Amino acid sequence: MPDFLYFALAAGCGVALCAGPLGCFAVWRRMAYFGDTLAHSALTGVAFGLILSVNINVAVTLLCLLLALLLVVLQNNRNIATDTLLGILSHSMLALGLVVVSVFGDGRVDLYAYLFGDLLAATSADLLAIYLTAAIILPILLWLWRPLLAITVDEDLARVEGVPVTLVRTSLMLLMALVIAVAMKVVGVLLITALLILPAATSRRLVTTPEQMAICASGLGMLAIVGGLAASWWLDTPAGPSAVLSASTFFALSLARRPAI
Amino acid sequence: MTPVLIEAHDLHLQFDQRTVLNNVSLAIRAAEIVTVIGPNGAGKTSLVKIILGLQKATSGTLARAKGLRIGYMPQKLHIDRSLPLSVHRFMQLALRDDQAIAGCLALTGISHLERAPVHALSGGETQRLLLARALLRSPNLLVLDEPVQGVDVAGQSRLYQLIADIRQQQQCAVLMVSHDLHLVMEATDTVICLNQHVCCHGHPETVSEHPAFLELFGHVAPTGIAVYTHHHDHSHNIHGEISARQSSAGACKEHSHA
Repeated sequence: MPDFLYFALAAGCGVALCAGPLGCFAVWRRMAYFGDTLAHSALTGVAFGLILSVNINVAVTLLCLLLALLLVVLQNNRNIATDTLLGILSHSMLALGLVVVSVFGDGRVDLYAYLFGDLLAATSADLLAIYLTAAIILPILLWLWRPLLAITVDEDLARVEGVPVTLVRTSLMLLMALVIAVAMKVVGVLLITALLILPAATSRRLVTTPEQMAICASGLGMLAIVGGLAASWWLDTPAGPSAVLSASTFFALSLARRPAI
Repeated sequence: MTPVLIEAHDLHLQFDQRTVLNNVSLAIRAAEIVTVIGPNGAGKTSLVKIILGLQKATSGTLARAKGLRIGYMPQKLHIDRSLPLSVHRFMQLALRDDQAIAGCLALTGISHLERAPVHALSGGETQRLLLARALLRSPNLLVLDEPVQGVDVAGQSRLYQLIADIRQQQQCAVLMVSHDLHLVMEATDTVICLNQHVCCHGHPETVSEHPAFLELFGHVAPTGIAVYTHHHDHSHNIHGEISARQSSAGACKEHSHA
């Protein structure tokens, strides 16, 4: 097995590890559209990175974090329906990213890699970024796990019981933004939500507690990465979309099983 | 004099141009059951949210006693089916004390459901679960927003009885929102009839005879289901005895709902 496959495997698994539990929250709290909006905006981050000549990973991460904060503020404003707002933002940001990248990219940018991922080209710098992000996300998730669950069940109840709801919710959005920023490398902006949602939805049918669901989702995500890389190696398919397809296959298989709880 | 747990004065709440609450004052004393009753859109839930600190009043003051622990039972519980959660885990979110959890579940009569998923509970069982969670942190004030929502009529009176028993046993005050008076009547000490402002308040029997109450709800028949639609030259009190229409009721201001 050549070196680049090890890099791709390590990169993909690092992202899947974080995407598992965060994907569970995306499913529980119905945040799929929120994930989409952040993911699509990542392309605008790429564009800004090019224009301002800063590191593209840094530009994407910063833009995702900023947008997540903006969405928290907008969601607190109940005058705008959240899904309409996300729908508008999501596609406007994607279009903006596409336009700016093609104008300023001068052909230097492989748009395809940003849209659908470029897992096989993962470098040691990418690996470092991914595992650094995981080292931030996972401890915070562990630390905030109980309040996160509490606000997912009922925000008013959690607030009366003393949970700082706004702070916890904002943290969740920021963690989501971080994982999306690094997942862009693996599956690309158009398929990130799939990597969040699919393993979580699949593991739902196999488990009986929230914790089991999160761990199982991480495991299934890694398996999907392995499946995607295998398909890419033997069948010469694009790695990111193949990983998403193997996740879809797992989901389809899981439908045969009735949920235990 | 029993200590006052909550004292609200001249609460006013406005969303955009719409007045939700106007000049609402109330006090809740230790171990007292206060029921807020009023039609849809009267601002009952908004008032509860202000008392809980979930909503800020536009103006007015709210004083809470030191060391006040509130147990809150929301109107309903919506947990996405994608979240696998057992009754036990649901309780643990409020307090990680298995002994206390078992005790509260026993008190509300759902011990046998401790390992069941929350999605499998019926309406009445869900209300009992919410009540158990509200009790878990040994509150001195229970706030119950429509505690019998989605419960059949027989279950409703059992649930109100349970709430009265809990007050007796735990000596906690109860603030309860309801939209039908006759079922809560026996379980409550004070009724506040709310329609954006406090229409009348006092002992349940007094309030049920008050003109402002009658205007909002019509007559409360003992069965609770019949609606009083024809006119008599007399009316019945809650025991079915004939009483004069003009019975003066407590310290209530005369006003109209134009």
